[in-house]
Amino acid sequence: MPARRSTVTELREAIAAIPDPEVPVVTIEDLGILRDVAADEDTGHVVVTITPTYSGCPAMAAISDYVAYIAARHGWQARIDTVLEPAWTTDWLSEKGREALRRFGIAPPRRREGGVAVPLGRHTVACPRCGSTDTEELAHFGSTACKAMRRCRVCREPFDEFKEL
Amino acid sequence: MTIKDADASGYVLGLADDALIYAQRLGEWVARAPELEEDMALANVALDLLGQARALLAHVGRLDGTGRSEDDLAMFRDERDFRCVHLLEQPVDDFGVEMARMLTFATYQSHLYAALRTCADDVVAGVAAKAVKECAYHRDHAEQWVLRLGDGTEASHARMQAGLETLAPYVEELFDDDEASVDAAGAGLGVLPSSLRHAVLADIATVVGRASLAMPEPPTWHSRGGRAGIHSEAMGPLLAQMQHIARSHPGATW
Ligand SMILES: [Zn+2]
Repeated sequence: MPARRSTVTELREAIAAIPDPEVPVVTIEDLGILRDVAADEDTGHVVVTITPTYSGCPAMAAISDYVAYIAARHGWQARIDTVLEPAWTTDWLSEKGREALRRFGIAPPRRREGGVAVPLGRHTVACPRCGSTDTEELAHFGSTACKAMRRCRVCREPFDEFKEL
Repeated sequence: MTIKDADASGYVLGLADDALIYAQRLGEWVARAPELEEDMALANVALDLLGQARALLAHVGRLDGTGRSEDDLAMFRDERDFRCVHLLEQPVDDFGVEMARMLTFATYQSHLYAALRTCADDVVAGVAAKAVKECAYHRDHAEQWVLRLGDGTEASHARMQAGLETLAPYVEELFDDDEASVDAAGAGLGVLPSSLRHAVLADIATVVGRASLAMPEPPTWHSRGGRAGIHSEAMGPLLAQMQHIARSHPGATW
């Protein structure tokens, strides 16, 4: 039985609250993956636009499925469009998302100055556990495409860093 | 100036197949790289390349009017229809050779995608704008290893140098101006490969110099034909492995 159709505001809030499958402490809206929700009240169709963090992000299929499922539960029929342009950047991460990452033990990405190429190499990252900036990179690439592995020299804990992009 | 869609699709296919085939080769390192972190790093690089290939292949299926999906193009084309260069299809089981290859290809892709960001094809420009940031990480990763190995022990230095020598005959093919690239560049849809040569080789030479290594002597032969679908003996076994599940169970889903 089709669900009674919710309001556009309710639909939008429900979609925005979908957790990222790989980092579930942040929502797809916090991450900046959710770009647009365009609902047509006359037809009950909604077009949801999302963008991947990295080109090969394997979570995109799961996110698309989840968006379609949530829309259906609210009585809407969804089409999901994936766009690459403009390219996702960690600058789109919300303050709320950054704080959630930190509390979860992932160092949030630095903010880049607009338009500057990704500066690689040595940079300062604060330990999400003790706050010390005396940390070192263990590996450029971590458990997901968007993270690097680091270690804190003070509390000795290893932690993930959300790479700036 | 406009060109036939078929020509544009041929050029995009070259971009896609380079990324796809190198992703396949990098995936072969998983569980046998020198350390666990490297298993993950090479898999991550492969994943980025696979993502680029997927977007580009889906675009090819639209451009050439066949409506083929990314899977159709990856899994159901035969060897002569692939447009990758020989460099990327070679089997590599030495980490020094692989880092030399990654440095070469990531440097090439960085320059290529940087230029393609402003090309007249919106989809290719979009993929390029995203990929150029990913390539910066790939290039940096390879650079760190080349520096560490080249400037390391006598043994690591010798193997890193041997890696550069082994690949030397395969590098020039990246800069050969094939017909599809010339047409695409002429129409503002692509980049002329030869126009990238100087900047790419200069960047590689800088890293090689800092690693106390030497750029190889100009090779006496160089690979050719990849962009025309003429491949080395390594390509058949690679495709057999990459395609056999999809071909054994056509249409399977999970
Ligand atoms: Zn700490």
